[in-house]
Amino acid sequence: MNIDSIRNGIVIDHITAGRGMKLYELLGLDALDVSVAIIKNVNSRKMGKKDIIKIDADIPVNLDVIGFVDPGATINVIKDDRLAEKKTIDMPELLHGVVRCKNPRCITSTEQELAQLFRLTDRENKVYRCVYCETKAQF
Amino acid sequence: MRSIIDILDLSPAEIEELIATAMDIIENPAKYAEVCRGKKLATLFFEPSTRTRMSFEAAMYELGGNVISMAGAATSSASKGESVADTAKVISCYADIIAMRHPKEGAALVAANNASVPVINAGDGGHCHPTQTLADLLTIYREKGRFTDLTIGFCGDLKFGRTVHSLINAMSRYPGVKFVLISPEELKVPSYVKKDVLQKKGIPYVQTTDLEGAMPDLDILYMTRVQKERFFNEEDYLRLKDSYILTPDKLKNAKLDMNILHPLPRVNEISVKVDEDPRACYFKQVLNGKYMRMALMRKLLKEAGTI
Repeated sequence: MNIDSIRNGIVIDHITAGRGMKLYELLGLDALDVSVAIIKNVNSRKMGKKDIIKIDADIPVNLDVIGFVDPGATINVIKDDRLAEKKTIDMPELLHGVVRCKNPRCITSTEQELAQLFRLTDRENKVYRCVYCETKAQF
Repeated sequence: MRSIIDILDLSPAEIEELIATAMDIIENPAKYAEVCRGKKLATLFFEPSTRTRMSFEAAMYELGGNVISMAGAATSSASKGESVADTAKVISCYADIIAMRHPKEGAALVAANNASVPVINAGDGGHCHPTQTLADLLTIYREKGRFTDLTIGFCGDLKFGRTVHSLINAMSRYPGVKFVLISPEELKVPSYVKKDVLQKKGIPYVQTTDLEGAMPDLDILYMTRVQKERFFNEEDYLRLKDSYILTPDKLKNAKLDMNILHPLPRVNEISVKVDEDPRACYFKQVLNGKYMRMALMRKLLKEAGTI
């Protein structure tokens, strides 16, 4: 399967297979007016299978979203057909406005204007908890 | 502005300081009778409660202060759609300190983030109830004289019981503490309490459904009520509500100096016949709660520079 390489843009690589669509959704890529390719289940020597997202524009990407969904992913910034920058991802300590708390008893379920905030409580197991009710974040 | 939302907002040293104050209040009540003179506590209770609200109010009166209150969520601006944040900003203009109970988890944190006076969480849904834990801790301290080397049994609703989670959190900071978790399968301690608190800190614990089998090992037995308001489904509540009922017969194999605690109100999970047993401490707990609320309000008002 061939997908054209991009001249200027961003490639999110080494995405855990199956998480590409979730990243696409949480990064708000559906709202972009540029070409975006999601390639699923690509063969990878290191990972077995992986997903890749290619964005045909150099847009700001919310690294916190990637750090939350898949901190093992990498970001390649392409400029004039060349790899201009390679970014590694860290898990953010505080996740602001990325996902909503799913606990129906949480105050954020009735007071919708409250900021959705999750704190990293267990780095090893990648657990984020709602700062209000301590429910585990889900994506 | 310092607020208390979770028992873990207080360090073990601060808890010891509060216990020392509470013990001094018990010995010398006259010394504290005027410390909050001219100050006002606002009790904001968006959920039915008698004892916690009255305990806070009695505590403030015994410190020489006054209380302003709302009758309940139905008669407050919350029924008109006012947010917790706005309510906290408004009440900060009237009171020097706020005690708040709300059915939604995290509501007290929202209030604290918006109030300009200290906020004490008097229960936010099934989440935290730190002043109940302070009452529990003073009771354990007065009965046992220590927090270390104790085997503590929790019995009943360990899933939704916020007092259980808070007390596990607080007691797991002391060496030599073991937990015995007694509940029906459906009401077991949530896995995050086990993973994030017990397993992370390497604290020994046993899970069982057998109350009588666990009884001989216990230094403290903490009974809880299966709370109707925490269930979405009435059928589940009816099936589980009578899982454990403590009777004099079941206490036969208990240690003679074991203490029975319960956050109250009880429905039928402790037979009234147990009340006569010298090991029953749940009414002492109520009184201890008032002393700890006095100590806590004094501390927060002092820290805020109000008194």
